[in-house]
Amino acid sequence: MEGNLNNIYLYTRYERFWHWLQMVFIGILLVTGFEVHGLFTWLGFETAVTVHNTVGLSWLIAFAFFVFWMFTTGEWKQYVPTTKKMLSVIRYYSWGIFQGETHPFPKRKEAKHNPLQRLVYLSLAAFLLPFQMITGLLYWGYNQWPAWGLDFLSLKWIGILHMFGAINILTFIVMHVYMTTTGHSLSAHVKAMITGWEGVEEGVKIESWEKAERS
Amino acid sequence: MNEGENRMKLSSAVFAVTFVLALTAWFILGPLSSSMAAEQAPGRTMAQQATKDAELWITTDHSKHEVLQQTFTSGPQVTRACVSCHSEAETQFHKTIHWTWKAGENEKGVQMGKAAYSLNNFCISANKDQDKGCYSCHPGWGSKTEATNCLVCHGKKEIKWEESFEDYNAFLEESEEDPDLKELADEIQSEIQAAVQAVTRPTRQNCGSCHFYGGGGDGVKHGDLDSSMTNPNKALDVHMGLDGQNFDCVRCHTTELHNISGRIYTAPAYTHRKSLIEDDLTSKITCESCHSSTPHQPGSKANDHTDKVACQSCHIPTFARVNPTKMSWDWSTSGKTKDGKPYKNMGAYGKHDYLTIKGSMKWEKNLIPEYFWFNGSIQSLTAADTIDPSGTVALSYPLGDMHDKNSRIFPFKVHRGVQPYDKINKTLLTPLLSGPNGYWKHLDWQKGLALGAKSLDLPFSGEFDFVKTTYVYPTTHMVAPKDNVVACTECHIRGESRMANLAGFYMPGRDHWALLDGLGWIMVLGALAGVTLHGLGRIFTKKGNGGKKGGE
Repeated sequence: MEGNLNNIYLYTRYERFWHWLQMVFIGILLVTGFEVHGLFTWLGFETAVTVHNTVGLSWLIAFAFFVFWMFTTGEWKQYVPTTKKMLSVIRYYSWGIFQGETHPFPKRKEAKHNPLQRLVYLSLAAFLLPFQMITGLLYWGYNQWPAWGLDFLSLKWIGILHMFGAINILTFIVMHVYMTTTGHSLSAHVKAMITGWEGVEEGVKIESWEKAERS
Repeated sequence: MNEGENRMKLSSAVFAVTFVLALTAWFILGPLSSSMAAEQAPGRTMAQQATKDAELWITTDHSKHEVLQQTFTSGPQVTRACVSCHSEAETQFHKTIHWTWKAGENEKGVQMGKAAYSLNNFCISANKDQDKGCYSCHPGWGSKTEATNCLVCHGKKEIKWEESFEDYNAFLEESEEDPDLKELADEIQSEIQAAVQAVTRPTRQNCGSCHFYGGGGDGVKHGDLDSSMTNPNKALDVHMGLDGQNFDCVRCHTTELHNISGRIYTAPAYTHRKSLIEDDLTSKITCESCHSSTPHQPGSKANDHTDKVACQSCHIPTFARVNPTKMSWDWSTSGKTKDGKPYKNMGAYGKHDYLTIKGSMKWEKNLIPEYFWFNGSIQSLTAADTIDPSGTVALSYPLGDMHDKNSRIFPFKVHRGVQPYDKINKTLLTPLLSGPNGYWKHLDWQKGLALGAKSLDLPFSGEFDFVKTTYVYPTTHMVAPKDNVVACTECHIRGESRMANLAGFYMPGRDHWALLDGLGWIMVLGALAGVTLHGLGRIFTKKGNGGKKGGE
């Protein structure tokens, strides 16, 4: 649309790889999980369980790498919640976006996420996903509960909590996928997550050190 | 791009490639390693090792023993010949339930057993030995109890002993006048001698001659024991199949002093689940004895089931797979006549579905068992117990519950009956059926029930009606080949689960919390509706992607 976009390298190769790998994992987990839950028959219960367990454990291991990456690169700072400008972001999505206003919080290398994203992604990465992994791991380890000293747990409640997590993740995905269409073009955000480069409108101040240090 | 940037890109590429390779290895080698580990399940290998060299050697040929070459004129004479060498055998045997038909006292001090106060919903009671019809299965000579017929269990040849001795004695007597009959008598005697000399360890044929015909006919009682098990194929029973392991019953029902291991009314077949590895002298009565408690491939989910689900639940998909078994018996319809005469009506599978003397019955084949928690003990009512006739009375039911670590979910045949009870005393009644005064002779309930109560020294008020009852048989034979096990989804499925009646625990696939599911889908659909409206709003204002950045 309008002219001058500066391309900035926003997402590193690992970050992009992680995003799409996690997408595949979560996709498979949701489908096989819902099959195990009895919603439909596709792979067959037994295969669905095997796939779900294998992918679930893989996710757990891969997630450890992500956590490691977060802390070694200092990227965790991107997720520190803030209330600053939060209202203006909410106002933008519920009003401004229909008026053709610009986003009140343009992406920058050292601040990839707007306050709303920070909160949502922090909730996701620090709470919802670990919650799902923990309930999943407990579910998977059901037969070891006595050995782990966890026989006070109830499979019914672990099952319910795990399903609760799954529904929340699915709800997130619905919103998340929709939000990707709100960039400067419908596919801009998706492209950015594939190539790493996001167009940022000219005039947004990008520090020179920032450009030099991108990797 | 500067040098530092290149180096970083390179190292992150190396990292990503390594990561992908490691994941691929995990996905491929994980499942592969378990399938490569062993060609067959370890529990199967163990069992094969535990039971190999089944061919036992013997040190005697009974046909060479002079004592067995004598002329036999009566059953007890045969017994005396046996015990002339096996001096303790009969004494031992007379202490076992196979002889006494008594199973000790229950917790109320009532004597259990066929020869006592136990009852079922088939022919109901043996009336303390007074119903002589039952004696066709007692291991004496005819209906007498003076000596044991060792050959019921140890004879290789099936002959009609009573008839043979009668004929022999009669022909011999008459041959004094008609010498031609001597030849006939000799022929019968040589048949008797041949049968006496053909001694064996008990085979399926021996045990089956009673246990396949319990309740008065082939396959009446147990759904997993009938004449098809005399020479089964592997598809019917992997253990006893001629093309399988060809086991005799005693391969698992191991014995001690003529006591044969197995469940006896409330007394369980075993009190400890032990494998032969833990205790090489343990009985082989459980699956675990030979197969261990985790018999499947390491890492197999099936191994995680064995603490709650009995092997039989998955490995016996249906019972009565070859011959039909009786599933219900309604005594209340008995006594109808045609033209003033008793009659029988032929139903499905070539079995009677109505007999004047017995009432209506249902035969079925290839049945899915019913599942209950079972700790190995079955609680049974006796003729001395009072009942609540307002509902169905459980004459016998499995003991156990989900919190007991010795209980497993176990498959059962449930036989449903309608049988007489005393309306005043609220007890089940035990009609005398066979014999000159039995119900089958005169079809008079009052008389049959009164005599039956008298045989057990129990009161009968004279007022009776019929009540619905259930009687259970654990299903443990007819273990199918491994390709024919119960599939996961026969239990782990909504609605039509085989275990739909088992409540109190959460079974993945079967159970869900409808409230959570309902609210959950409302949330997901709400989100969908929300983003759709938001998107439509952007389309109509045509300002949706007006050069903004950020967001996502």
